[in-house]
Amino acid sequence: MRRRVAITINGTRYEHEVEPRLLLVHYIREQAGLTGTHVGCDTSNCGACTVELDGHSAKACTMFAVQADGAEVTTIEGLAEGSTLHPLQQAFWDEHGLQCGFCTPGMIMAAKQMLERNPNPTEREIRIGLEGNICRCTGYHNIVKAIQSAAKVMATGAEVKAPASVS
Amino acid sequence: MAISQMVGASIKRREDPRLVTGSGRYVDDISQTAVAHMHVVRSTEAHARILSIDTTRAKEADGVVAVFTGKDLKPDFGAPLPVTVCFVPDKKYPEHYPIAVDKVYYVGEPVAIVVASSRAAAEDAGERIDIRYESLPPVTDIEKAIEKDAPVLHEGLGSNLSYDTKFSAGDMEAALKEADVRIKQRLIQQRLIPIAIETRGVLADYRRFENKLTVYSSTQIPHFVKVWEAVILGIPESNVRVVAPEVGGGFGSKIRVYPEEILTALASKKLGRPVKWIEDRNENVKATHHGRSQIWDVEIAAKKDGTVLGIRPTQWLDLGAYCSQFGTFQVLGMLVAQGAYKMKAFDGRAVGVFTNRTPTDAYRGAGRPEATYLIERVMDLVARETGVDPVEVRRKNFVRAEDQPFTTLLGLTYDSGDYTVTLNKALEMVDYKGLRREQAEKRKQGKYLGIGLSTYIEICGLGPAAATQAATGVSLWGMSVVNIHFTGKATVIIGSSPHGQGHETTYAQVASDVLGIPVEDIDVVHGDTAIGPMGMDTYGSRSTALDGNAVHISAMKVQEKAKKIAAHLLEAAEGDIVYENGKAFVKGTPSKAVTIQEIAVAAFQTNRIPKGMEGGLEATTFFDPSNFVWPFGAHIAVVEVDPETGATKILRYVAVDDVGNRINPMVVDGQLHGGIAQGIGQALFEEAVYDEAGQLRTGSMVDYLVPTAADLPTFELAATVTPSPVNPLGTKGVGEAGTIASSPAVINAVVDALAPFGVKDITMPATPEKVWQLMHRNGGTGR
Repeated sequence: MRRRVAITINGTRYEHEVEPRLLLVHYIREQAGLTGTHVGCDTSNCGACTVELDGHSAKACTMFAVQADGAEVTTIEGLAEGSTLHPLQQAFWDEHGLQCGFCTPGMIMAAKQMLERNPNPTEREIRIGLEGNICRCTGYHNIVKAIQSAAKVMATGAEVKAPASVS
Repeated sequence: MAISQMVGASIKRREDPRLVTGSGRYVDDISQTAVAHMHVVRSTEAHARILSIDTTRAKEADGVVAVFTGKDLKPDFGAPLPVTVCFVPDKKYPEHYPIAVDKVYYVGEPVAIVVASSRAAAEDAGERIDIRYESLPPVTDIEKAIEKDAPVLHEGLGSNLSYDTKFSAGDMEAALKEADVRIKQRLIQQRLIPIAIETRGVLADYRRFENKLTVYSSTQIPHFVKVWEAVILGIPESNVRVVAPEVGGGFGSKIRVYPEEILTALASKKLGRPVKWIEDRNENVKATHHGRSQIWDVEIAAKKDGTVLGIRPTQWLDLGAYCSQFGTFQVLGMLVAQGAYKMKAFDGRAVGVFTNRTPTDAYRGAGRPEATYLIERVMDLVARETGVDPVEVRRKNFVRAEDQPFTTLLGLTYDSGDYTVTLNKALEMVDYKGLRREQAEKRKQGKYLGIGLSTYIEICGLGPAAATQAATGVSLWGMSVVNIHFTGKATVIIGSSPHGQGHETTYAQVASDVLGIPVEDIDVVHGDTAIGPMGMDTYGSRSTALDGNAVHISAMKVQEKAKKIAAHLLEAAEGDIVYENGKAFVKGTPSKAVTIQEIAVAAFQTNRIPKGMEGGLEATTFFDPSNFVWPFGAHIAVVEVDPETGATKILRYVAVDDVGNRINPMVVDGQLHGGIAQGIGQALFEEAVYDEAGQLRTGSMVDYLVPTAADLPTFELAATVTPSPVNPLGTKGVGEAGTIASSPAVINAVVDALAPFGVKDITMPATPEKVWQLMHRNGGTGR
């Protein structure tokens, strides 16, 4: 028994017949072909699969695709405008907020939602806000710095630097 | 070597734009036409004989392509999985094939594989396989494993003992006689699960009519995997290509040739189509190797002024169900357990045993965290027993700058270092004296502050022939190729295989300085054996000390050749040519220079280069230095324990590390942050718990606690720089330093906080429950 779903991802509408047991994260990765959203734990602990769904953070491994029928989803691929990075992407780069990069898309998507709800968080609020996202490489030190730095940029609406190739 | 323009600069990583936009390609992101999906059916028993496996119903299931059991596949294996010598040449170990045939030895061991049109179909069919086991009594305890009546895992070995080896020098009995203070202590290195956030995964593509195999694997060691795919599956090594694409963390857990790497390739070979296997987290916690799992017993001889005369450590290592490829690498802990200190006697014994649990192997630090935990706890135990301040005990016993290069009792030679300098800097940063006053004040108010030190040294840069031949009989080297293109741009091929360390950036910095070619014009290629067939890969904080320096040396060779060509073009003597910033000119006349682009063009036109010179502008280096490199540092943790809940809060974490010259300080600091966090994880949170039946009870990230952002403080870092004398860049290593240093710093702090309760030791992880129990034992007096 397959069900028809229509999900808008990063502004593009996708329609597919899917098995009801298909997870949203697998829909995003395999049907929409957007592999920036990662699977890290299968138990909604690590947050590597975090996406934005109708204005909220959602762990895409903890939802069925059919539950997202009609929803608007934003994934990591939907943040940059052309070659201009989103302030959070830029800040993660500037502050060395990533190493292996596997948790990074989910981390950035979670941070985006955090800053939309609390544009000027304290360090403690950032750390608590990230409890649903696990990074094994950075010790979170530079992730916290990146989010603080992005918050400043986003709050002042400061011009975002165009991504230079290096330096 | 002087730190010049790019080396020493914290430039941003060129890896990151693809990673922050979700365009990195990890194994599961690679698609292939007609790919089939493999599911591994795993043992649910810790120790059992396989009576029968009925695959009939699975083969009939929707979408199934093939089902194979161990019996089906055994004839295809030309060799068992590899095991390396690693410090104990006399060890006994069983042959380990990628899939169980007659017996299973741990929960999670592969028993059958299903290949189907989709992963879901493969998993569904796996449920329809009927496996009958005859349960055998499991061995789940290190000490019980070698009791006389213990059930034996591998009958052919006669017992569960793999090795029992002495590592001794000096007269420990004399040291004990001379001692005022004798202490015996047991220290537990609990079993840890590495939890790289990307699990393992393999995509294998065998082309039958070419007899060629391509394997994409989430691995730290593509070059080793290439060798063993060839040997085990009987394909010429020259026909095997292994690619480590984007790899989402390793920490040692992707350092061995795994059963699934062979099984996926074999399935592809048998079926003649690409096969993909992606580990899920439930598999990962059992099927990817674990770390640590050791008991250390130590006897200490010291004088009442805090001088340590000798130690007698015994390491009981739980190898798990098999001897993994680098399973006895942890014995390195014995070799470096003398730490940063002088002593007269070292009487070590290393024992390895088999148990019915997931095999253990390297996990961030691999032996060095164990050694450091031992010796740094020893320093604090001596301090407590003698009443001498832990700082003074360390100072009293330190190897001094004038002792360098210092040779340990077991014969390893440290390359350089002044350990008092890092210690002093760290003490100053935390205001040690002020903290001790604050601690005394707070104790009066019923608040318990603890201060813990760890003045570690570690060994990196595995492993130069001159220094390893005696111990292991093997040597490893660094490798690079630097190739200048027609247009003067460079390709740098390296033998290391980064998975988060940023070699694409840092090695370009190294080459850029030598060649004067901008970083953005230098492509650093790694992890594809079709492009760079030779390499010793990435583990043990070895890459920069070896491959990074190999890049420097190859670039120097290219520069030398460029100078020869420039001399020819400028009609000057070679000795008069200066090479600077990508240009060659006769000394004193920089205005008449030829650029690297011009030299490159000439290099490809043999009429424009000196007679007899080969064309091209390329150099290859196999770098085998004279010694290991020895980073060191001083870490100080300040904690407060809550008497109500037993929770430990890290108030401050100060780290002063000396990793030699730093190519990119930002990247170095990042390595330290992550390393410190992992060591804190071991100290306070993480433990793989098995029950007596050999079932893993911490089988998901719900039960196995990896630290979150809220559990950790901001780290306060500083550096001193003592260049290594054994490589041209003067670099050491940093990948594991944080982890090596931080567990003992945190535990020393927790024990210090609990000192008013008479506590002299606590077993890792120092969970709130353990801390609370220690504070409330004997009716709340704690004593």
